[in-house]
Amino acid sequence: CRSLAARLGPVCLDAASFSRRRLSFGPQFVYTPESADKSLGETSRMNLFQAVTSALDNTLANDPSAVVFGEDVAFGGVFRCTVGLKDKYGKDRVFNTPLSEQGIVGFAIGHAVAGATTVAEIQFGDYIFPAFDQIANEASKYRYRSGNHFNCGSLTVRAPIGAVGHGALYHSQSPEGFFAHLPGIKVVIPRGPIQAKGLLLACINDPDPCFYFEPKILYRSAVEDVPVNGYVLPIGKAEVLIEGSDVTLIGYGTQVHVLREVARLAQSELGVSCELIDMRTILPFDEETVYASVCKTGRCLIAHEAPLTGGFGAELAASVQEHCFLNLEAPVRRVAGHDTPFPHIFENFYLPHQRRCLAAIKDLIGY
Amino acid sequence: MPLSSSAIRANLLLLRGGCGLFVSSRLASSAMLSTRPYKLHKLESGPASEAQVTSDEARKYYRDMATVRRMETAAGNLYKEKAIRGFCHLYSGQEACCVGMEAVLDRNDPVITAYRAHGWTYTRGVPVKAVLSELTGRASGCAKGKGGSMHMYNHNFYGGNGIVGAQVPLGAGIAFAQKYREDKRVCVTLYGDGAANQGQVFEAFNMAKLWDLPCIFVCENNKYGMGTAVERAAASTAYYTRGDYIPGLWVDAMDVITVREATRFAKDWCLSGKGPILLEMETYRYHGHSMSDPGTSYRTREEVQSMRQMRDPIASFRQTLLTAELVAEEELKEIDQSVRKEVDEAVQAAKTNAVPDPKELYTNVYSQPPSGQPNYRIRGIDQFTWSAN
Repeated sequence: CRSLAARLGPVCLDAASFSRRRLSFGPQFVYTPESADKSLGETSRMNLFQAVTSALDNTLANDPSAVVFGEDVAFGGVFRCTVGLKDKYGKDRVFNTPLSEQGIVGFAIGHAVAGATTVAEIQFGDYIFPAFDQIANEASKYRYRSGNHFNCGSLTVRAPIGAVGHGALYHSQSPEGFFAHLPGIKVVIPRGPIQAKGLLLACINDPDPCFYFEPKILYRSAVEDVPVNGYVLPIGKAEVLIEGSDVTLIGYGTQVHVLREVARLAQSELGVSCELIDMRTILPFDEETVYASVCKTGRCLIAHEAPLTGGFGAELAASVQEHCFLNLEAPVRRVAGHDTPFPHIFENFYLPHQRRCLAAIKDLIGY
Repeated sequence: MPLSSSAIRANLLLLRGGCGLFVSSRLASSAMLSTRPYKLHKLESGPASEAQVTSDEARKYYRDMATVRRMETAAGNLYKEKAIRGFCHLYSGQEACCVGMEAVLDRNDPVITAYRAHGWTYTRGVPVKAVLSELTGRASGCAKGKGGSMHMYNHNFYGGNGIVGAQVPLGAGIAFAQKYREDKRVCVTLYGDGAANQGQVFEAFNMAKLWDLPCIFVCENNKYGMGTAVERAAASTAYYTRGDYIPGLWVDAMDVITVREATRFAKDWCLSGKGPILLEMETYRYHGHSMSDPGTSYRTREEVQSMRQMRDPIASFRQTLLTAELVAEEELKEIDQSVRKEVDEAVQAAKTNAVPDPKELYTNVYSQPPSGQPNYRIRGIDQFTWSAN
């Protein structure tokens, strides 16, 4: 155990240490605020949940058919994403549902099929599974099976996901991998407030059913000056955040911020120049940007909190090796959560933290 | 075996250590206590309107309720000190439900419940120390620290479940296994007023009735599903009728004897082959839904206070016992003190016991490695973590 501690650096495993130091849990990162395009006009300081509220506010203001519902949304929601909306738009447009995820999503699909703009909230991504049948068998297939006669494109389902430091098994999961496997839907994950508002509005306006997963640890910790008016960011388009020449780092959501730190450490400790890509959309994912980057650098590291086997990183890795094979200097590496349920204990060792990613970069460079 | 009143007095003298104080009132060895009225659904008759309670039983029920109350208070304090993290749903106010039911069940009757499970964990035989250690993530916790607040287990206690309503079909399945093995046992399947609106609950009802399963469904209705009052979530708040074709009983679950007799009735019902039955335990929780909920944004402080003052299960049982002269006030005080000592020691252990071994991060995913792969590793474990083993 002592040698483990030595190799892992400052994290220490003995009981005395645990009780003495209030170890900080969860993803370790510093949020780097971004700024919006000046052309988008007046901005206001918002954190991620306020950016979500702003997007929903714009939607309810401009689209008379729009409704927002879910468990506890009327008072503002357990993560404050819907604060003030019921008072502003009325209880027939912003309302609570009973505790029935399958019912909520099924009901939302029907409402969308009838033509209304529907934004349903699932309180935690971990609770979305009773609704999975509705999503897999109804939402994703409606347009296809009806020969374009009907569709539920005006549906958007929002849910918080990801590690938060103390969520344990049922408040920390990242289910995007399950949804990446459903042709017919779109899956979007923002990395910050400006991205969140633009991507959520894009999802709401998108003609296909969209699943929008919000990294819950960023709700309060990510703060930026966000444009107050509505604006959209492209779905299906990844973004290169840092340009580099030696290794391509790919992530989404919270992991983007962990990878920012990894890029910095790679430069300072290893002299390695990393290019950082935020996928933003999981399905359909931006193949062009990813392949162009890996063909340039020759090395690829994908990181996500979700477990390794069958995670979204597996799809990216398979696609990258297929399209960039001759340019690769090393096999594509994935650093992910372990193949266990999200743990109640030792969360720090489970997550794809900086040190694990840096070790993978060393392997890539030294291959 | 009930003691004679002179024996009780003698024992009290011994307890006092001869300091000269003793209770002069005559204590009874048992008493007939009345139960609070029930409401029936598709039942010709209900539980008894009064029941014999011995002084030993009275002391046990009081002690168990007091222990759960103090344990939950300690858990709340540990949470505020950040010794417990994550989710912690306290049972304070609902003690009469688990203690009253457990008085009729035995350890061979399985129980499954939702996340507000600490009280049930204790009555199912897990010591306070193991409950609190599980909350603080120690190796001495009842799930080795791997489950936390919502996932505590013991023999014939199937948890502790985080996903709302998911435990109800599980309970029906356990009941089926009992029937299949001709075990002559009942399975108690608990869920809350919020979960009562989950589709899978009705699927479980249908299967249980179709196959006459010995399942006691129990809706612990504490009037609020997180922050939503029952009237705003349910088209019908008469939860005891929502089993429709399953007979139901509404129970005032702020009184432990009322709960006990209802459970006796339900157990007899199931064991006589009449199929499932549904009990609605109308109760109240003093704390918020969880430690992140103050519990006052959706109900008034006056409401909480008035429940504490007028309908507290422990205080009212205490009053009943004193009035019926079943137990002396000094004895109750001593029970309180001994409970306090037990919980304080458990708190100390929970704060200082060893954390689990790092390998617990990746053990118990499967029962054992796949037979064809002797070098099987849980994927993703990088060389650093693995070589620690």
